[in-house]
Amino acid sequence: METHMQNENYTNVNIFKNAFEHPTPKALDGGKSDKTYYGPVMEHASGFNPYVNNQGTTLAIAGQDFVMVAADTRISSGFNILSREHSRTTKLTEKCVITSSGMVADIENLHKLLIAKVKTYERQFKKSPSTESLAQLLGNTLYSRRFMPFYAFNLLCGLDAKGQGCVYGYDAIGSYDKLTYGVQGSGSQLGAPILDNQFVGHNFLVKQLAQSLQETEDTAKDIINSIAERDIYTGDQVELVLVDQNGVHIKREPIRRD
Amino acid sequence: MLSVNYSLSCVTFDPKGKILQVEYAKEAVKQGSTSLGLKSNDFVVLVSLKKSPHDLASHQEKVFDIDDHMGIAIAGLTADARYLCKFMRSECLNYWYTHDSHHPTERLIGKIAKKAQIKTFHPAKRPFGVGLLVGSVDETGTHLFESCPSGNYYEYVAMAIGARSQSAKTYLEKNFEQFTTLSWQELVKHGLKALKASAQETELSEHNVSVGIVGKGLNFRLLNNDELRASIAEISDAMDVSE
Repeated sequence: METHMQNENYTNVNIFKNAFEHPTPKALDGGKSDKTYYGPVMEHASGFNPYVNNQGTTLAIAGQDFVMVAADTRISSGFNILSREHSRTTKLTEKCVITSSGMVADIENLHKLLIAKVKTYERQFKKSPSTESLAQLLGNTLYSRRFMPFYAFNLLCGLDAKGQGCVYGYDAIGSYDKLTYGVQGSGSQLGAPILDNQFVGHNFLVKQLAQSLQETEDTAKDIINSIAERDIYTGDQVELVLVDQNGVHIKREPIRRD
Repeated sequence: MLSVNYSLSCVTFDPKGKILQVEYAKEAVKQGSTSLGLKSNDFVVLVSLKKSPHDLASHQEKVFDIDDHMGIAIAGLTADARYLCKFMRSECLNYWYTHDSHHPTERLIGKIAKKAQIKTFHPAKRPFGVGLLVGSVDETGTHLFESCPSGNYYEYVAMAIGARSQSAKTYLEKNFEQFTTLSWQELVKHGLKALKASAQETELSEHNVSVGIVGKGLNFRLLNNDELRASIAEISDAMDVSE
């Protein structure tokens, strides 16, 4: 991995010289060049990388008594499309779903592991786990793999004990926070400002925030659609998952396939 | 001189070729209250008479769910039953995790039988003191298995275990030929009539009876109080009329 630092400022600060400048390690160039190499020490080129990023975007919005999840269905590897029909969202209980972006193998494994834990809980305690319990469970499960993390960026979405919608956002090793909306994946940087605008209304004097179910669904679809315009890894279909008191409802709509 | 006692541990045969500790374990099963099971081509029903140690206590549950396609009814040492139940649930979940399908019944019974047998030839272990009636549906159809403390298992179309099970068995032997095409509701009625034969003076009610049903397209579940009350009322009327 090339890490040439183009920033000329650091060369004037000589305390960094020893830490950052090394003769190019032999393995990287066969001992031919004597160029100075800038960056962290790397003794060997990696022969096998266990992680791959299959990209894609997913977002979730918590409403008064529902949660709306919208995700694209494309998985990619580099510039290739591996599938146009892949679902990123898994139902855990009647009141809770998990949606993730990242490496599909790790995501599938993580989702299956959570389903198995939910089944065990249901048999032992004769009831479904609450969304708050599952949030903690997911955080712990992710941390249990602290030293070889699940390459999965998750949003756990559902109805809390009072029936209000909630979204929990995670990093790869299990740090989580309760949110009113969240976005993960390749389009997260494109989607986050739109969500901030639509659901918080920063600096607007009079802002009509999306409140009803239909408005939220339309906004979520529009956001994925807009991300698909600019992000090459997002597209094909948008899968909309609604979690409300009647359970989990899933539908798909086509968007651009380029 | 002290007479020789062949019953002190599992590692001793008696002159008649029996391992007495295992025989005594089977006695523990006969001490539990009646559990019975019966099946048709599409459904399996498990019925149990629940005991309560005294009026202030709740009734001990005897029918447990293992997986969507499988449930058990027990007779004997409840603690041993809980251990086996946890094992079965865990095996079924692991099988689902790796194969994404239901655990084939006979294989699971085989695993329990293996566990039970190990305990019958160890000097420092005792056999399980519980008999299981396992009702399930899989690709090969409906099944009703009995698992013994000895490590043996048998497949049945109908069977009763526990105290006074002979009366229930007699009813089942008289009627089992009719069972093959019945719906689960009718199987439940037969099961309750058989249970009534074993229960004798004890009045059947939704508090001391447990019924579990499973079948093709029907995930294993226990009947709730309303359904139990209705079924018990139906058979009481029928039996009063025939009296």
